[in-house]
Amino acid sequence: MSLYRPATLSDALHRLGQAPAALVAGGTDLYPALRDAAPPSAMIDLTGIADLAGIARDDGGWRIGAATTWTGIVRAALPPLFDGLKAAAREVGSLQIQNAGTVAGNLCNASPAADGMPPLLALDAEVEIAGAAGTRRMALRDFVTGVRQTALAPGEIVTAIRVPDRPGRSAFLKLGARRYLVISIAMVAARVELDAEGKLAEVAVAVGACSSVARRLPELERRLVGRRADEIAGIVAAAPLDGLAPIDDIRATAAYRVDAARTLVARALLQAAILA
Amino acid sequence: MSLDAPPNRLTFRLNGAEVALDADPARRLSDVLREVAGARDVKVGCSAGDCGTCSVLVGGVALCACMVPAGRAAGAEVETAAGLVARDPLAHRLAVAFQARQAAQCGICTPGMMVSAMAYLRAGGTADPAAVEAALAGVLCRCTGYRKIVAAVSDVAADRAPDVPSEGSVGAPVPRVDGWPKVAGKELFGDDVAPADALLARAVRSPHHRARFAFGDLEGYRIAAGLDLVLTAADVPGENRFGVIPGFEDQPVMASREVRFRGEAVACLVGTRAALDAAPPPPVEWTPLPHALEPEDAGIGESLHADRAGNVMATGRVRRGDPETALAEAAYVVEGRFSTGFVEHAYIEPEAGFARRVGDRIEIGCCTQAPYMNRDGVARILGIAPEAVRIVPTATGGGFGSKLDLTTQPFVAIAAWKLGRPVRMCLTRIESIQSTTKRHPSRTHMRIGADADGRITGAIFDGVFNTGAYASWGPTVATRVPIHASGPYRTPAFLATSAGIHTNCAPAGAFRGFGVPQSAVAQESLYDLLAERLGMDRLAFRRLNCLRDGDPTVTGQVFETGMGIAACFDALEPHWTAALAAAEAANAVPGPVRRGVGIAAGWYGCGNTGLSNPSTIRAGITADGIVRLHQGATDIGQGSNTVIAQIFAQALGVPLAAVELVGPDTDLTPDAGKTSASRQTFITGNAARACGAALRTQILRLGNVSKVATIVLGPGSIALEEGGTRRRIDLTATGGSYAIEATGSYDPPTGPLDADGQGAPYAIFGTAAQMAELDVDTELGTVTLLKFRAAHDVGRAINPLLVEGQVEGGIAQGIGMALMEEFIPGRTENLHDYLIPTVGDVPPIDTIIVESGDPHGPFGAKGLGEHCLIPTAPAILNAIAHATGARIHDLPATPDRVRAAILAARE
Repeated sequence: MSLYRPATLSDALHRLGQAPAALVAGGTDLYPALRDAAPPSAMIDLTGIADLAGIARDDGGWRIGAATTWTGIVRAALPPLFDGLKAAAREVGSLQIQNAGTVAGNLCNASPAADGMPPLLALDAEVEIAGAAGTRRMALRDFVTGVRQTALAPGEIVTAIRVPDRPGRSAFLKLGARRYLVISIAMVAARVELDAEGKLAEVAVAVGACSSVARRLPELERRLVGRRADEIAGIVAAAPLDGLAPIDDIRATAAYRVDAARTLVARALLQAAILA
Repeated sequence: MSLDAPPNRLTFRLNGAEVALDADPARRLSDVLREVAGARDVKVGCSAGDCGTCSVLVGGVALCACMVPAGRAAGAEVETAAGLVARDPLAHRLAVAFQARQAAQCGICTPGMMVSAMAYLRAGGTADPAAVEAALAGVLCRCTGYRKIVAAVSDVAADRAPDVPSEGSVGAPVPRVDGWPKVAGKELFGDDVAPADALLARAVRSPHHRARFAFGDLEGYRIAAGLDLVLTAADVPGENRFGVIPGFEDQPVMASREVRFRGEAVACLVGTRAALDAAPPPPVEWTPLPHALEPEDAGIGESLHADRAGNVMATGRVRRGDPETALAEAAYVVEGRFSTGFVEHAYIEPEAGFARRVGDRIEIGCCTQAPYMNRDGVARILGIAPEAVRIVPTATGGGFGSKLDLTTQPFVAIAAWKLGRPVRMCLTRIESIQSTTKRHPSRTHMRIGADADGRITGAIFDGVFNTGAYASWGPTVATRVPIHASGPYRTPAFLATSAGIHTNCAPAGAFRGFGVPQSAVAQESLYDLLAERLGMDRLAFRRLNCLRDGDPTVTGQVFETGMGIAACFDALEPHWTAALAAAEAANAVPGPVRRGVGIAAGWYGCGNTGLSNPSTIRAGITADGIVRLHQGATDIGQGSNTVIAQIFAQALGVPLAAVELVGPDTDLTPDAGKTSASRQTFITGNAARACGAALRTQILRLGNVSKVATIVLGPGSIALEEGGTRRRIDLTATGGSYAIEATGSYDPPTGPLDADGQGAPYAIFGTAAQMAELDVDTELGTVTLLKFRAAHDVGRAINPLLVEGQVEGGIAQGIGMALMEEFIPGRTENLHDYLIPTVGDVPPIDTIIVESGDPHGPFGAKGLGEHCLIPTAPAILNAIAHATGARIHDLPATPDRVRAAILAARE
C-alpha cells in the first residue's frame, strides 16, 4: 500500500502516467467500496493540489475546483443559480461526509444516486479533464456514461466543474427513507429563469436515482417554457417523464419512483419559480 | 508496487502531542489511530462512513476517520474524544453534561457524538434543537433514541447545567455509576482490551445461502500465506455445536460439509495483521444447493436439521375458553394479516473479543450479555470443564439480545487454546450483519371479536416466524408469543398458535421483545379497526378492555395487584384528547400533508417463561471498610451497574457512593443470569436487595443494635448509630478477603404451563401505552414523526433517568422497525443499505412514569427494557391510518408502501 500526495497537477499526471493508481479525493466512496479489504496498493491523493482547489468566476462562468468539498459548496458565496447545488450539498450524507467528500468525486463515482448529478445537469455543467495530452472539457451529460462508468480515460484526472453563469434560481429535493445519511430513492433539481412578465423563460429539470444515469427531462422543459408558475402543476401532471427507467430495489419499487419523481419535479419547479 | 516508496513515517500532532508512527499512509486513519497510535477512544463501527463513531477532528474539522487516508493527517492536528475531554474545558463541560443527562448508555457512539458536538460548539453553535440535530446527524446511536444527547449538547450551548441529585437512594435519577469513562473516552469495549501481541482471527464465510463445500490443501495454503493457524470444523477440540436452549444446541462453530446460510463460517484464519491482509482467499470449492429464505419455501431441499421434519423448529400454543364460538357469536369481528421484517440489532459495536490460555484454563475478554452462558458454551466447544473457562466481559456496546449468543468467543478460544498465544477477533460490520442473530420476521393472522358494548369476547391468533438456519432463541419466541398475543387486555376466549420455521437465513434469535412486538402489530392494529366499527374512541375502547387487578390473563394467571395498564391509559388521556384536536385543526387546512395520532399498548412478562432463572449477588466489606458489590448482571448500556448498586446500597443502608463494583467476571462474580427478558432489575435486583439486607443484618447483629440503626462506614471499622448512641465494630479480615460478607439469591415464582398453555409463567408483567403524532406526506408516502408520549408502568422507578433512557431508546428501535428496517440476506449487509433511525428520525419523547408497585419486585420495581418498543410500531401504524385512511399491513412502512396503501385506499 502506498499513498502519494502530489502538490501540483503536473506531478499527479506524471505519476499517473508512470503506473496505474487509484485516485482519492474525499475518500468517502473509495474506502467504503473496499468493504473489508485493504486499500489499493497505489493511491494518488488529489487534495493537496492547488489547481484543484477553490471556486472562482471568470469570463466563461464558474469554475468549481475538483477538490471542492460539499462543505466548500455550502460555505461559498454563490448566486441563487446555485441554490439547488447548495441544497444538495446539505443533503449529502452527514457533515463528516460533506467535510471530506468532493463534488467532482461524486460525479466520477458515477452512482445512479449521486446527489451532485441532478443539480449540475440542471446547471448545464461541464467537466474539465486534464491528461498527458492536455486539458479537455465535456458536457456532464456525456461524462457519466453508465452505472459506475465515465468517459474519464486512463491517465486522466478531473480538474474542475464548469458552470455557465446566467440569471435564475435552482432548487433541489431529495427523497429518502430517513432524515439524514440516506441514499436517495429519487431526487430532482430544477432551474428556472423568469421573464419580465413572470413567465418561465428558461427551464431545466433533472431527475436522479430513476435511471442508470441521472437525466434531464427535455420534453417537459419545452412544454414549460413560456408558461406561468401556476401552470406548472398541471403541465407536470400531464407530461411524459421521458427516459426515466427506474428499477425495483431495496429502497423502493420502480412504480413508486416514477410516481414520486413526478411529485418532486412539480415541487422543485415551483420552489425555483416562486422564489425566482 | 510502490510509487517512489515514500517512507512510511507519519508525523502529526495527536491531542497536542507530536507523534511519529510507522504506518502505511494509505491505511484508514481510524485503523492507524487505534492500532498504531493506541488511541482506543476512536471506535470503529462500520468502516464505511455510515455510523460516524470513528469521528475525529483533523485540523478542527470533523471527519470519519475510517475514510481518511492516514497520510493526509501528516502535519495536521488530530483530536479525539479522550484528548478533547482531557484538554479542552468546553469538552469537559460537555462530558459533565453527558453524564448528568445520561446521554451515554452503552457508550460506544459517545466518542463520535462528542467529537461532532465539539466541532459544533467550538464554531459557536446554539441550543437550537434543529441545529444541534444537524450537527450530530453523522453519528448513529442505537441505545438512547438521541434525545438526551441533543439535550446534553444543548445544555452546553446554552451554558446551563441540569440538576444532579447528590445521593443515590432508590428513586433518585443519579448519573450512571460507571458513566464517566464512557464520556471521557476511556471506556474499553470488546476490541479494546487484547494484548498488543495478540494474533488476529478472521472467519472464512459462505457466500451462498446453502452449499456443500470442500477444502483444497489448507496446510499448503497456510504455509504459503504465512499464517499461524487455519481452523476448520475438524479442529474443534470438543463438540462443534452451540446454542442457548437446552436440547437446541444445533449451531456449529464452523460448518462441516454444508453451510446453511450466507455468512456461516467454514474456517478461521489466524495470523498477524500483515499476513492476514496479504493472504489470498483460502481454497474452498462451493457447490450451491437449493435454498429457502421464506417459511413458505422451507420445503425446498432436505430439512436443515434431520430431527426437525418440515423444518419446523418449535411451536407454541395457548388456549382458553371457546374462541371459535366466541367469534361466531360476537357482534363485531375484525381480522387481518400482517408481516414484519427481518430486523438487525445494529448495535454500533460489532462483536469482538480475545482469548488467552492460562495453563489449563482459557480466559476470554469479550462484549456479551451472558457471561455464564458463554462460559458453559465455550467449555462444551473446547471439551473442558466450565470452571476452566473464565469470561471477563468488557463494556458492551449495545446488545439488545444478539450478544447473548456466542460469536467471536469460540474462534478466539480454540485458536488461543491451540497456539498458546493470545488471539483477538472483531467482526466487520458486514460479517456482523450477515452472521449474527436478528429479530424473527413474522407472518401473523388474527381475528378479534367484541360484543355490542365493545367488550372483547374472543381472539384467535396464528404466527409463523422465520427462525433462520439455527434455533438460537427461536423456541423462546415460539413460547412467548402465544402468551402475549392478546395484549394487556381481558380476552375470555383465546387461541394463539405459533411456529418457528427454519430457512436459509441467518439465525433469528433474541431481540428486545422476543416476538411480542411482532404480535402486537397485529393485535393493536385490529383494536383500532374494532374501535372504528364500534364507533368508539380508540383510547376509551382499549381502557374498557384492559386488564385490571384480579382479571385472569389468557393463561389464567391472576394478578391481584400491580396491573398498571389502566393507569397508563389514564395518564395519556389528556394528551390524547389534545393531540386529536390538534390533528383535526391541522387537517382543516387542505394539502398533501395529513396529520394523524395513534395509540397502542403492550405488555411483557419479566424473566424466563415458566422456568427457573435465578440470580445471585455477593458483597463484602473489607478490613479497610470498603463495600464491594460483586455485580454480575452485565450492563450493556441499560444501566444495571447503577440500578443494582442503588438497590443494594438502599438495602444495606449506605450511600451509593460507598459501593465499589466488582465484575462482571465469572471468576469473581456469582451468576446473575443473562441480561435479557427484562429480568435484571427485577431478578438480580431482588438478589441485590437480599444480599444488602443479609449484610445489614449481620452488621447490626455484630453491633447488637436494632434494625433502624444507621451504618456509617469508616476505615477499619463500622459505626452504628441509633438513638444518639454510637457503637463501633472493628473490621478484621477473617480468612477470606472480606471482614463481613453475604450473598443473596432470587428466583422468581413461576411454573410450567400445561398443554393448553395455562399457568403462571411470570411473576411480573410490565405494561405500557404509547401514542404517536405524525404527519404523512400523502403524495410521497413519507412519514414525519412529531411527538411520542409513552406511559410505562415500571412498578417503581429505581432511577427515573434510566427509565427514560430505556423508553426513548426502545421507541427509537420501534421507529426503525415500523418505518425503515429490513435485513435482506445478500443485499442489506451494511449500514447504508440497512437503515436505522438517525437523530432526525426520533421526535421529542415525553415519558410518563407510572408506579403501580409490585409485590415481587425489589422496592416494587418491574423490568422495563423489552416493553419500550412493543407498542411503538403499532402506534405509528395506527397514526398513519388515522392520518390517511390507509392501513399498513406489511412492515417496514417505507415511503413506497405507504404511498401504495394510500392509493389503494382511494380506490
